[in-house]
Amino acid sequence: MIDYATSNEQQDLFCQKLQQCCILFDFMDSVSDLKSKEIKRATLNELVEYVSTNRGVIVESAYSDIVKMISANIFRTLPPSDNPDFDPEEDEPTLEASWPHIQLVYEFFLRFLESPDFQPSIAKRYIDQKFVQQLLELFDSEDPRERDFLKTVLHRIYGKFLGLRAFIRKQINNIFLSSNYLTLPLPFFPSSIINGFALPLKAEHKQFLMKVLIPMHTAKGLALFHAQLAYCVVQFLEKDTTLTEPVIRGLLKFWPKTCSQKEVMFLGEIEEILDVIEPTQFKKIEEPLFKQISKCVSSSHFQVAERALYFWNNEYILSLIEENIDKILPIMFASLYKISKEHWNPTIVALVYNVLKTLMEMNGKLFDDLTSSYKAERQREKKKELEREELWKKLEELKLKKALEKQNSAYNMHSILSNTSAE
Amino acid sequence: MAGASGLGTGPGAAGGDGDDSLYPIAVLIDELRNEDVQLRLNSIKKLSTIALALGVERTRSELLPFLTDTIYDEDEVLLALAEQLGNFTGLVGGPDFAHCLLPPLENLATVEETVVRDKAVESLRQISQEHTPVALEAYFVPLVKRLASGDWFTSRTSACSLFSVCYPRASNAVKAEIRQQFRSLCSDDTPMVRRAAASKLGEFAKVLELDSVKSEIVPLFTNLASDEQDSVRLLAVEACVSIAQLLSQDDLETLVMPTLRQAVEDKSWRVRYMVADKFSELQKAMGPKITLNDLIPAFQNLLKDCEAEVRAAAAHKVKELGENLPIEDRETIIMNQILPYIKELVSDTNPHVKSALASVIMGLSTILGKENTIEHLLPLFLAQLKDECPEVRLNIISNLDCVNEVIGIRQLSQSLLPAIVELAEDAKWRVRLAIIEYMPLLAGQLGVEFFDEKLNSLCMAWLVDHVYAIREAATNNLMKLVQKFGTEWAQNTIVPKVLVMANDPNYLHRMTTLFCINALSEACGQEITTKQMLPIVLKMAGDQVANVRFNVAKSLQKIGPILDTNALQGEVKPVLQKLGQDEDMDVKYFAQEAISVLALA
Repeated sequence: MIDYATSNEQQDLFCQKLQQCCILFDFMDSVSDLKSKEIKRATLNELVEYVSTNRGVIVESAYSDIVKMISANIFRTLPPSDNPDFDPEEDEPTLEASWPHIQLVYEFFLRFLESPDFQPSIAKRYIDQKFVQQLLELFDSEDPRERDFLKTVLHRIYGKFLGLRAFIRKQINNIFLSSNYLTLPLPFFPSSIINGFALPLKAEHKQFLMKVLIPMHTAKGLALFHAQLAYCVVQFLEKDTTLTEPVIRGLLKFWPKTCSQKEVMFLGEIEEILDVIEPTQFKKIEEPLFKQISKCVSSSHFQVAERALYFWNNEYILSLIEENIDKILPIMFASLYKISKEHWNPTIVALVYNVLKTLMEMNGKLFDDLTSSYKAERQREKKKELEREELWKKLEELKLKKALEKQNSAYNMHSILSNTSAE
Repeated sequence: MAGASGLGTGPGAAGGDGDDSLYPIAVLIDELRNEDVQLRLNSIKKLSTIALALGVERTRSELLPFLTDTIYDEDEVLLALAEQLGNFTGLVGGPDFAHCLLPPLENLATVEETVVRDKAVESLRQISQEHTPVALEAYFVPLVKRLASGDWFTSRTSACSLFSVCYPRASNAVKAEIRQQFRSLCSDDTPMVRRAAASKLGEFAKVLELDSVKSEIVPLFTNLASDEQDSVRLLAVEACVSIAQLLSQDDLETLVMPTLRQAVEDKSWRVRYMVADKFSELQKAMGPKITLNDLIPAFQNLLKDCEAEVRAAAAHKVKELGENLPIEDRETIIMNQILPYIKELVSDTNPHVKSALASVIMGLSTILGKENTIEHLLPLFLAQLKDECPEVRLNIISNLDCVNEVIGIRQLSQSLLPAIVELAEDAKWRVRLAIIEYMPLLAGQLGVEFFDEKLNSLCMAWLVDHVYAIREAATNNLMKLVQKFGTEWAQNTIVPKVLVMANDPNYLHRMTTLFCINALSEACGQEITTKQMLPIVLKMAGDQVANVRFNVAKSLQKIGPILDTNALQGEVKPVLQKLGQDEDMDVKYFAQEAISVLALA
């Protein structure tokens, strides 16, 4: 036992036990080496205790052995997936067989990194880019417990090794850009890192937001990490409000077309953004945004319609709408009016009536104008539709005519030529 | 002519002049501003109509600039646009003007969405063929250079696919530049670009001069094959096949083999899997000597790889490996070097590995000949026939015809029978279904006596299986058997048993009788149908269950054409007429339909 030895002996014992733990056991075979596996597990436990409860034990000479032990245990080629059609929301994940040991190694790693004696200046000789690269490859692990540990480990490393930050950000970028978001949900990049970005935001960070975080909203397993993703987006906007327009346009571009569950999430995110939006920024996006909200409000999926209508419970949003009522009411009016007469869900109809009432109180005259011109508007739209069809018909006829002309002229040429040659 | 030039005029501005004043561009702009994505999409899909209406000059001077500058839209619309532009050369005035299509396509080749980029690249490749060599160097090559030095990785990945199409017709100086650009992309910072480069390495090598292949491509190949990302390394393995086809044997040995040996022992199973998957191509490209010295030992390692996926991939290639060996050496190589490893795989822990093996192992019998098959392969077949995994057993049975050529499956019949019976009664209906599909083949090979003795009762039992799909397949099976064994056999063995089912207390079984009659009547012929089957059908017209009665009507409609007029008028018509008055609506309906189809009214 380490505790009972003298200080020098402790150091030696510590290193010996570290080296011992570099030996790996096969957990796929559940009956082999049971005794040795237990001994290793107990030793790893001891090591965790040792670094957690004692000061002054992480000395310079130990770093090499420590990192070696950690690398030997966790850096491995991950086996192929048993289930290629893995659905992150439905299926049970495949767990790592050697978790009894690996879990303790991760615990040890964290205590090591978090120890008050830990010195990045020494550790950086061993925890370098290659080490981090191998760590990142482990995010492919199907075991969520492992990914959880990796997230925390990476966060600590990011915090303590300033020299590695750019490298880590670049690698994470590449991982996110390469994956097609269809398989495992990637571990979410802690928002505290975004919080640490200095102002003015670097181009690299803005690129991360627009080319990685926004497209990530299309991920299949979005439900599993949407809360954090939305929080990160809002954090970016709090740092730099000029990003509001591109962010909203980006979200509108990726607006879910068939997944109602995602639509509700998107609406939630929009509300969070609107909660902190500046009135000048709001003016820039009000038109495209409310066109989408208008569609959501008339969705036949009642949860989507409801979520969109709940915007009218938000004081700040109401004040923004009121300020810009002359632009917003014309956009919203048609669908609200239609829904008030047609929607199948009585709750929605009730909500719509309240919304219409609120809007009417904001600008009675405009409201009346829109009401009276509603029918005329619909007629105009129908007429326009017919005109469109007429035009396309004419274009098709023109195309045929020209094709025929071409054919005829070719035929004429041919007959002229054959006549001349015949002579 | 119509005065208003420019693009902003509304569609309603059609003057008196008919076609020219239609302002098709204006129509398009209006459409492309429409709220509805569907309408925007439809307009883009009819882009050729617009171009035709405009004529080649206005298409070049107005339409294309509009598409280049103002299109930022939903990916679906962009995808359609990228596709359309690929076929636009004729609409802009032919090859001399093909380069006008480059600006909009260049933009599309840099967008975020992969699908759009890929389509744009495809169109660019198509158009490059229609460029004159002068235009190629003046316009196309600069485009590729711009893409290759783009900021964001998307344009650089697109560039990778364009090198091989412009290289062959470029001047020597430009060729050197192109090679230079490709080189730098192969060592690009981002793995996505390196992957794109690796995946096009083979294609690019094929258009290069041999010297350049040796001096430039091979080093690139070696580097990519030792990339830190396994996704890049495995693409290098694919490229290896193309490169190998270009080099001499000596060059292969010195330049390529060291890298390939490395790949076989790569720590990532994905790379090793790729080697196994591409094995036949590698074998053909490397030639017999290298195959014998290097590839066979590598293959042995793959067969005992620690990952099941790799073992299964290798197992799939065993037969092809044998077939691609020189004829005189085949038998010895397989016997001495491959067979020992295969024997191990028969008892592999992973079912996919055993399944893969089962599908190809039978093919080896033609290579090894009769004696070796009996001595070495037969025990393996028999072991697999008893495997606990049904897919394995099925794979053996489905490949019996290979063995039949060499030793005749009568030898196996004693062992086959228990295997067949077990599969025929498997709890999973899909397994039962699969064995039924093989029954006609087996029956043909085993002969009618064996069939009658051992398999006949099985076929009958399937007719009353719980699962409808099985009963249906069993009915079809009977029809095929009658086609094989003839009407006399049918009359003696099958028909009596089928007709007995007409008295079964379970209505589903009584219906099965009718379905069998439907299937068998044509094969059995008029006499059997009239004398034996018809009476039973007519009797069932009085069945208690309506489903049976309306199926009687349907049966009569089916077998009607085989009967003679006397039977039709004398016996069938009265029964159908009675059914036409039945209290059940469906019975009435089908009876009336039968009457009209058979023209008995």
